[in-house]
Amino acid sequence: MDIDITLHVDGEPRSLSVDTRTTVLDALREQLGVTAPKKGCDHGQCGSCTCLVDGRRVTTCLSLAVAHDGAQITTAAGLGSERDLHAVQQAFVDHDGFQCGYCTPGQICSAVGMLDEARSGFASYVTADLTAGVVLDADEIRERMSGNLCRCGAYVNIVAAIGELAP
Amino acid sequence: MSDAIATRPLGADVGRLDGPRKVTGAAIYAYEHPLTDPAYVFPLLSTAARGRVVGIDAAEAQRLPGVLAVLTHEPAPKLADTSNPELAVLQSPAIHFRGQIVGAVVAESLEIGAHAAALVCIEEQASEHDVVLRVDHPDVFKPDDDETDTAHGDAEAGLCPAATVDATYTTPHQHQGAMEPHTSVALWSDDTLRLYESTQSVHGVRETIAEVFGLRAEQVEVTAPFVGGGFGSKGEVHANTVLAVMAARAVPGRPVKLALTRRQVFTLGSHRTPTIQRVRLGADASGGLLAITHDVWAHTSRVQVYIDQIAAATRMMYAAPSIATTHRLAPLDVPFPSWMRAPSEAPGMYALECAIDELAVALRIDAIELRIHNDPPADPVSGKPWSSRNLVACLRQGAERFGWAGRDPAPRRRRDGRWLAGTGVAGSTYPVFHTPGSQARVEFRADGRYEVSIGAMDVGTGTWTSLAQVAAEALGVPLERVALQIGDTALPYSHVPGGSAGITSWGATLFGAARAFRDRHGDDPAPGDAVTAGAPDNPAEDAYAMHAFGAHFAEVRVDADTGEVRVPRMLGVFAIGRVVNPRTARSQLIGGMTFGLSMALHEEVVMDAALGAIVTTDLAGYHIAANADVGDIDAAWIDEIDPHVNAMGTKGIGELGIVGSAAAIANAVFHATGIRVRDLPITPDKLLRARVELSARA
Ligand code: FES
Ligand code: FES
Repeated sequence: MDIDITLHVDGEPRSLSVDTRTTVLDALREQLGVTAPKKGCDHGQCGSCTCLVDGRRVTTCLSLAVAHDGAQITTAAGLGSERDLHAVQQAFVDHDGFQCGYCTPGQICSAVGMLDEARSGFASYVTADLTAGVVLDADEIRERMSGNLCRCGAYVNIVAAIGELAP
Repeated sequence: MSDAIATRPLGADVGRLDGPRKVTGAAIYAYEHPLTDPAYVFPLLSTAARGRVVGIDAAEAQRLPGVLAVLTHEPAPKLADTSNPELAVLQSPAIHFRGQIVGAVVAESLEIGAHAAALVCIEEQASEHDVVLRVDHPDVFKPDDDETDTAHGDAEAGLCPAATVDATYTTPHQHQGAMEPHTSVALWSDDTLRLYESTQSVHGVRETIAEVFGLRAEQVEVTAPFVGGGFGSKGEVHANTVLAVMAARAVPGRPVKLALTRRQVFTLGSHRTPTIQRVRLGADASGGLLAITHDVWAHTSRVQVYIDQIAAATRMMYAAPSIATTHRLAPLDVPFPSWMRAPSEAPGMYALECAIDELAVALRIDAIELRIHNDPPADPVSGKPWSSRNLVACLRQGAERFGWAGRDPAPRRRRDGRWLAGTGVAGSTYPVFHTPGSQARVEFRADGRYEVSIGAMDVGTGTWTSLAQVAAEALGVPLERVALQIGDTALPYSHVPGGSAGITSWGATLFGAARAFRDRHGDDPAPGDAVTAGAPDNPAEDAYAMHAFGAHFAEVRVDADTGEVRVPRMLGVFAIGRVVNPRTARSQLIGGMTFGLSMALHEEVVMDAALGAIVTTDLAGYHIAANADVGDIDAAWIDEIDPHVNAMGTKGIGELGIVGSAAAIANAVFHATGIRVRDLPITPDKLLRARVELSARA
């Protein structure tokens, strides 16, 4: 069955008709030609497909497009452009926080969402004192970024890049 | 020429030129090239581990709206060359492993394809299978390869009175796990085949696909500007590419897209063979090695021989009057093994470097001093001089930076609450390979830039940046005046960059082409002046033993109650000749060490022996190190000038970082716990079981 929906992708309303089985990720990549989010596993296990959906980081391979009619979706392409990088993107370039680049748009979206979570006081598994507010040290960043796998092994540089921007 | 340049391009700390494209998602990978009206291919896989397909009922799938074709072996699209059983896709009903391609659905969308695939009924007749590697497997054979067995001196005599270490190590079936799954997009137009491919070698794909389909090489065009990691798994063509090309023939005029699902990659994307390795070391009381033997058992497919020279590094790592190595293979009903990052050295050096540590413990000699004591002045087997060998410098500098001095070698002495702490060291080495025959084209353009073209690849290695630096250096111009073109068969021929030979082989080619360009057109060329040339042979190649070296240091903490192993700190110090770009070089080395950490503690493809099935076919079952698994990892290198390796003095670095790193961690785990786990990965169950055994004996 096909259903008409509208997704607001990187600030632009995009109307399309989707199979009810289509994920947000496939709607973006296959129907709208938005290929910044990547498909690494299609299982919610790698984080390559991470986008900001209504401001929160979401694995779009596990989200059905029909359930996101009207959603605001921000991909790495919407965060910055090649000539005008977002601060997180610039930090990734400066610290060489990637190699093949396939996990990277997902890492970037995840980092932006994570920094926002931390600023809002969300605790993580390694937060020792739940009442003291969040200090994003290296262990906090590692924990909070562990939903994004990087087979090239760029974690050390990813942590350094995000650490530069941590509150 | 290069005097005019303030900062030499070679060796400059340049950020990735493709960085902005990658962080914004603008870099285009195989599945993402814009296409008109593509169709989608969904492979159907066998569920028997051995046997044959006896019936296929695709009627229901074919009735589904949106299904364009169902491919099976009957009627099979005939291939011109079926000599490689891995690539003889759908050429017979035979099943050689569970997860083999036995058909495919071509459909209008991904959703319809997946739905239709579930509707195809495949009837299989299973025969008895065997997927378990063991030393006494009845079919174990000696592969027909020059270097299968080597014997230098009389090893048995050297071991005779003084076999100080005799240990058997095992490493599991491992998986490369590149984040981008194996992907092929194929389009036939007239008699030309266009492929957008996730590959480590566009020209390799062209050659192989042309052979399999009986085409001239020029009929196959392959494009791959960006590749989401390969780690060896995309060095050779696998069955998915053949299937995509077949499927494209089934829907004339339409491009087809085939990305293996994550599950499918585990059986079709190749893997590292499991190994059983017996290492024996004979030494005198002062630690001088008298004999080294390294015997290796690995598996291969029952229908195709694949061998890694796993004991190769043992033949050159340490001095001993006698060194003997053997390799045996067990033919099993398993998926096809292939290259995985440092195919031979990663498992082989894990075993050797753990054995050296065991010797150090047995002889009460410091593990670094023992290695230095046995550092050979020349290649111990061939007798050739080293082009450069700086293992000792790596060990000494590493010890200094890591804080090795004063280490108490006694195990299980350092406790911090629940945590047992320990440190370990291991050596690393990787050969300097050079794959000859590549060509590059240099053209001077009207905009004052030099267009430099070569069919080289960037699979995350940094080629877009480092090769541009090499070109600038070779031409004697600033980096901004180089426009590099790579990743396409339209560009001059390049060999597959296996064996970390990328930058050394392509770089040497660029130096050759730049020299030819200057010879022909001088320093002040006119727009349009161009030359295509390769590198001259390196006369030093046969005269010297050429290897990179390194020393790994690891600090671990082991939870005394749960057996969980953490690695707060790793340091690698390497001898890699001249470094083209320190930023990307460090990333590659750290990436290799992270791979090694993952190998030491996490990675294992689990096979169900009864079903002949891989159980761990996703990234939850097959855990690769995540961010929280990795602590501080740093990589450094010594100043090393090697005048013999090539025009630049560079050695490959893509694989060196993984070699020995798992051993450093295993040795640190022993230091922390007193438990020697000789079976990777070092998981809590193994440590806990060993502890129970220890206390039962006590
Ligand atoms: S593709 Fe969505 S988590 Fe892997
Ligand atoms: S950069 Fe290659 S997987 Fe992360």
